[in-house]
Amino acid sequence: MSKSQHLEDLVIQVRRDILRMVHKVNSGHPGGSLGCAEFFVALYNGIMERKAGFDMNGEDEDIFILSNGHISPVFYSVLARAGYFPIEELNTFRLIDSRLQGHPTTHEGLPGIRVASGSLGQGMSVAIGAAEAKKLNNDSHLIYSLHGDGELQEGQNWEAIMYAAGNKIDNLIATVDLNGQQIDGSTDAVLPLGNVKEKFEAFGWLVIEVENGNNLDAVFNGMEAAKSKTGQGKPVCVLLKTVMGNGVDFMMHTHAWHGKAPNDDQLAIGLEQNPETIGDY
Amino acid sequence: MKTYTYTEKKDTRSGFGAGLTELGKTNPNVVALCADLTGSLKMDDFKANHPERFFQVGIAEANMMGMAAGLTIGGKIPFTGTFANFSTGRVYDQIRQSIAYSGKNVKICASHAGLTLGEDGATHQILEDLGLMKMLPGMTVINTCDYNQTKAATIAIAAHQGPVYLRFGRPKVPVFTPENQTFEIGKAVHLTEGSDVTIVATGHLVWEALEASKALHEKGISAEVINIHTIKPLDEQAILNSVAKTGCVVTAEEHNFLGGLGESVARTLTLHHPAPQEFVATNDTFGESGTPAQLMEKYGLNAEAIVNACEKVIKRK
Repeated sequence: MSKSQHLEDLVIQVRRDILRMVHKVNSGHPGGSLGCAEFFVALYNGIMERKAGFDMNGEDEDIFILSNGHISPVFYSVLARAGYFPIEELNTFRLIDSRLQGHPTTHEGLPGIRVASGSLGQGMSVAIGAAEAKKLNNDSHLIYSLHGDGELQEGQNWEAIMYAAGNKIDNLIATVDLNGQQIDGSTDAVLPLGNVKEKFEAFGWLVIEVENGNNLDAVFNGMEAAKSKTGQGKPVCVLLKTVMGNGVDFMMHTHAWHGKAPNDDQLAIGLEQNPETIGDY
Repeated sequence: MKTYTYTEKKDTRSGFGAGLTELGKTNPNVVALCADLTGSLKMDDFKANHPERFFQVGIAEANMMGMAAGLTIGGKIPFTGTFANFSTGRVYDQIRQSIAYSGKNVKICASHAGLTLGEDGATHQILEDLGLMKMLPGMTVINTCDYNQTKAATIAIAAHQGPVYLRFGRPKVPVFTPENQTFEIGKAVHLTEGSDVTIVATGHLVWEALEASKALHEKGISAEVINIHTIKPLDEQAILNSVAKTGCVVTAEEHNFLGGLGESVARTLTLHHPAPQEFVATNDTFGESGTPAQLMEKYGLNAEAIVNACEKVIKRK
């Protein structure tokens, strides 16, 4: 099997994990999780340089900070399948005494998580701090972060965006999941973001656009292009255009599945559209 | 009765600055962040000597707290510096999620706390910060009383693993604790021995408590003064031992009685040794413009207020 076929299979398996996790506890956020499956699979299977095991400081390896913590299902699935913790543990998502909290946390000691997220808008600042630490440590590895587009409505982001450009944080690749949806509706209906590319550029960032963020090759190409832009005195932003709920037809192109779990019948349809590949947890 | 004197007055924020300067020389992992108040926080020396380890974030405290959390990923020990108001209330959620819940080794250093900030008035005079910070699980909360203690505390918290809130102030106040003292987090300091009443004081009110104990002595009342620099974790045993002897307590702090040191002491007594208590604290109010001395008098936070509270609490025994 080719590497790319394996990763395509992994994406489908991750979608199954997401659906099964949120269905079991009748809660969680499948929409954004499904939309970012390709991004996470690419990040942890080729884009990031990672060491075996996990240590909080992440010396001599790339670091990922998830800002929009509600898409924890895709994060947990990809972390487990990248070997950070047993995949059987996905069974415990959102259950009492679990390390897999509704939103990711360091508090339960889950390997792969470096900061709690869930209250939106904080991750870019954390990523910048981690990037400054890399520079102080003369560690040439990169910091990656992911943010929702609706999340950009939080003002702290713009403090961070201004700081990163003003202080030449060029070892950071911040990706924005541009799916155009948030809980109450489309981002345009709730609070229009305007031209996100022009905004980042106006703040002094280099911007890479990925038109099809649900195509693995496109994600790999876009992230490689972003990597090639690091080290040039400017922070790098990837605008990743995705479809919320991607891969499950009735969940796509709507905000309705942002934070809602499928019922038994809906799960069956979703799983039928994403047949088991690598193996269920 | 043991008495205390002083030869000079210095601001506690300068003690912080001196401690940070010392840490700059001795601990290469210490980094500092400031939100456009470098001079006010006395961080100039650290900035001048270690520009690569100093981060000017501008007027953007939320970003500063998040960055501090991020800097710990990589082994740094970040010290953030801004006024107490902007170190707590303004960024409570950032501290809660990215620092406290995430267990990050960030030192939140807060100047200009309380009424003694003075003329700038209520917008800048936070009287709720101790409560906000002590309610965060895992947060250590320290409020120092003079220059020497603040310097020692600054150095000590760098060696402590975990988030810390260090609160200090703006005005020059008597320097009465020893130079180059050892600062033990969570360990009360007994300043005077007494038998009639225990005064548990923190921050700028510790000197006022000593002044009160002198005045009480002249009235034939023996006061035991305890300097509580660490509000969380509280040295409960030191307080209980003293109250077992005196039978009553006055708490004194430059803070709202709601959420402050006094409530922590009251809980300790309620659980282990119920005893009469009086609170020298602000009474669920905002401050206002004025000189520090005027404000402390108007809001009942000076030696005279402590004396009155002691006389009142003794009658309740």
